[in-house]
Amino acid sequence: MSPNAQNGAVKIELGRRYRFAASHRLHNPDLSEDENYRLYGKCNNPYGHGHNYVVEVLVSGKLDPATGMIANLADLDGFVEREVLQPFDHKSLNQDVAAFRGTVPTTENLCKEIFRRLKPFPKAKLERVRIQETSNNSFEYAGDNPEGFER
Amino acid sequence: MVLLTRKIEFAASHLYHNPDFSPEENRRIFGKCNNPHGHGHNYTLEVTVAGEPDPATGMVLDLKELKDTLEREVMQRMDHRFLNYEVPELAGQIPTCENIALVIWNLLDPRIKQGKLHRVRLYETPDLFADCYRSGSDGAKAR
Repeated sequence: MSPNAQNGAVKIELGRRYRFAASHRLHNPDLSEDENYRLYGKCNNPYGHGHNYVVEVLVSGKLDPATGMIANLADLDGFVEREVLQPFDHKSLNQDVAAFRGTVPTTENLCKEIFRRLKPFPKAKLERVRIQETSNNSFEYAGDNPEGFER
Repeated sequence: MVLLTRKIEFAASHLYHNPDFSPEENRRIFGKCNNPHGHGHNYTLEVTVAGEPDPATGMVLDLKELKDTLEREVMQRMDHRFLNYEVPELAGQIPTCENIALVIWNLLDPRIKQGKLHRVRLYETPDLFADCYRSGSDGAKAR
């Protein structure tokens, strides 16, 4: 199969959305009960609460002329399933995910943790992770990539 | 700089098949997208143009012109078409979301005269899309 003309002048990214449901509680043990409540409000509820998270994963790379793909979706889906969806879906982020034992599971920190987990994806370059915590709140992390947010 | 985005939707069919691969390889690599009779999607295209608003009109570019360009270059070419067989720009290529987005970028880029094409985002489904940007230092600085 022939490569798409002028591929070199254009940068292409592939975006894929995944969903998982999890609970969390925003609480910093170094702060007093009052300070925690003042800072985190109802997100400090001791029993936690949950969200339907939407995770948008963007990867870049050269288009393989034989497949027309940056990465085979089955590979990306399998990697995200193993690294993120299985460990996070229907879990308590505070109690079930080791990374959040000493870190407050805000969605900012969740972005960074998911980026860290997906960065080793071998078939394409991870550019960005964007998470919608609700339809009104979203967060993005592009690692150390200085161009990551210019798009 | 201001970014302006116009969205259009089109419906088209396609299939993934590389004649250089064996039937088994085609099925393994492309899965159900290899069905020989094809299948279809409702594609959503977002085209973003960057520029400074013209002081006289307040516009980066005339949306009517952009709408006409999208109608001529994308809708007439791809809407209700079988992408493998009816779109010459995709001949000899697998019509993945990435390749279709790139064809659309290459069709639109020379035809946008006011402002500069900034991004083409093509959704194949709400959960799968491809983005095209200008690459290299020119693109990075222009953003």
